[in-house]
Amino acid sequence: MTRAHAIGAEALALKGRWGARRWLLLRRASQLSILALFLLGPLAGVWWVKGNLNSSLTLDVLPLTDPYVLLQGLAAGHVPESAALIGALIVAAFYFLVGGRAYCAWVCPVNIVTDAAYWLRERLGISTATRLSNKSRVWILAMTLVLAAVTGSIAWELINPVSMLHRGLIFGFGFAWAVVLGVFLLDLLVSKRAWCGHLCPVGAFYGLLGHYSPLRISAARRENCNDCMDCYAVCPEPQVIRPALKGADKGVGPVILDAQCTNCGRCIDVCSKDVFRFGMRFNQSTHSHSSESLSSKTEVWS
Amino acid sequence: MSTNTNNAARRRFLVDMARTAGGVALFGLGLGLYARQSAALPATALRPPGALAETDFLGACIRCGLCVRDCPYNTLKLAELGESVATGTPYFIARAIPCEMCEDIPCVVACPTGALDKNLQDIDDARMGLAVLADQETCLNFLGLRCDVCYRVCPSIDKAITLDVQHNPRSGHHSRFIPVVHSEHCTGCGKCEQACVLPVAAIKVLPMHLAKGAAAEHYRLGWEEKQKAGGSLVTPDKERQFNLPEGVRYDYQGEGVIIDERVAPVPGPVPFEDDPLKTLNRGLENN
Repeated sequence: MTRAHAIGAEALALKGRWGARRWLLLRRASQLSILALFLLGPLAGVWWVKGNLNSSLTLDVLPLTDPYVLLQGLAAGHVPESAALIGALIVAAFYFLVGGRAYCAWVCPVNIVTDAAYWLRERLGISTATRLSNKSRVWILAMTLVLAAVTGSIAWELINPVSMLHRGLIFGFGFAWAVVLGVFLLDLLVSKRAWCGHLCPVGAFYGLLGHYSPLRISAARRENCNDCMDCYAVCPEPQVIRPALKGADKGVGPVILDAQCTNCGRCIDVCSKDVFRFGMRFNQSTHSHSSESLSSKTEVWS
Repeated sequence: MSTNTNNAARRRFLVDMARTAGGVALFGLGLGLYARQSAALPATALRPPGALAETDFLGACIRCGLCVRDCPYNTLKLAELGESVATGTPYFIARAIPCEMCEDIPCVVACPTGALDKNLQDIDDARMGLAVLADQETCLNFLGLRCDVCYRVCPSIDKAITLDVQHNPRSGHHSRFIPVVHSEHCTGCGKCEQACVLPVAAIKVLPMHLAKGAAAEHYRLGWEEKQKAGGSLVTPDKERQFNLPEGVRYDYQGEGVIIDERVAPVPGPVPFEDDPLKTLNRGLENN
């Protein structure tokens, strides 16, 4: 598939620098400020947030625990204390509402690494395509739980690149940088979006968690689509777009219901026709009031 | 024709699934073996107070580091990849920074999962390991000096470590003050190991399973049974008799001959011969 234009060039021209990168910049700000909150303690001695993404304590009152790591602990045979259970419930409830894989797009530090690898891959024109099933991650997710049960230990945490990068930045890397480099090289050289899009069981878990989440991206004005393919090009999970964007004839609603959508909002940024917007999964109409208000905003940007 | 394409699609689906399942299973096998290796905690790495038994700990600890953050003495550290402790789990090296045994045990309070057991209320009940005087050849007290540093720094001085006074057979007329660790009281905090003045510590805190033996279940200690029963269980007690001069006693608990100085010296021949046996047997020569 060759494109006659640079991805997002049209959106950039129409919507301006901010309009065409709004969600990307907000996402980076979210990723970096969450990391900064964790780093404030060790670097500046301001202990608002203690711990790491596996479990943390904010302002000495709010416990937050990764439900996936806790689930592995349960599989390993340990019933955790209430602090971890409450923390995991809060996190699970949050991602159930905003979309499980919003964790991948808005919080996970590995996203910056794999996005960088993807950017460089495109830049260098690397087109290797080792065939990886994007269901692999579900298999790996199942494997980590079975392994926890069999070994009685949270074995996945020994190599989990997500917690390794985050913990490495906050508590010290050791050789963990090699694992992160491995993920970078995998995405750069072996296959496009190999880690986040095909293999990562953390993403698979959060995908399942957000299976019925109400906050979704909707192709609300899909009738305006001019088939420029830019959204497919920037989307980290391009298979999720098609049913919503092209489903009008089959009576499929415009909301992207696939749980693998990370709610990153890149499609909103990159679309010069403002087809996409954030919406609710229940709102399947293509001509909602808010889509009109968005279009009036668009005129301000353009 | 359509059945052919269906068959081909199904075959490809099955092959793809088998490929993925096979790859993941292989990956899981490797990770499982690595996890087994990682479960072998090196002897110098000690877990924080209240840590569950190692096999349970690795299933309970979620590697968050909150215990590390709440340790006021920077004793605890999260294992980094490449170290021989399971990655991300907390530990400390006694020789570097020992546990200061905080009364409020903040590391245990911080643990969200109970990998550090909140049933540990009194830090004296912690069993992070057990101090072992591993090298009697270099320990200064064993050589007859009064170093005593391990004994002095012990937070449970005179309970976890006592000094056992023994005869020094090398000089013949000195004592040796042998540090003896009592597992009943030692928490394994590691202060003794850290303080040992030698370039390489003679006293080391080891994990309990390496440091402690176990007596067979049917073993009974005669002197304890005797005390419980209020008398000998085997043969009746016989009092040992020595014919001692006035003002001289014999202590059976290890003190030996005791001369009561208040008694005026007996005039006449020297009260004690060079050979103590002669003194003990005086008056019994004709029997």
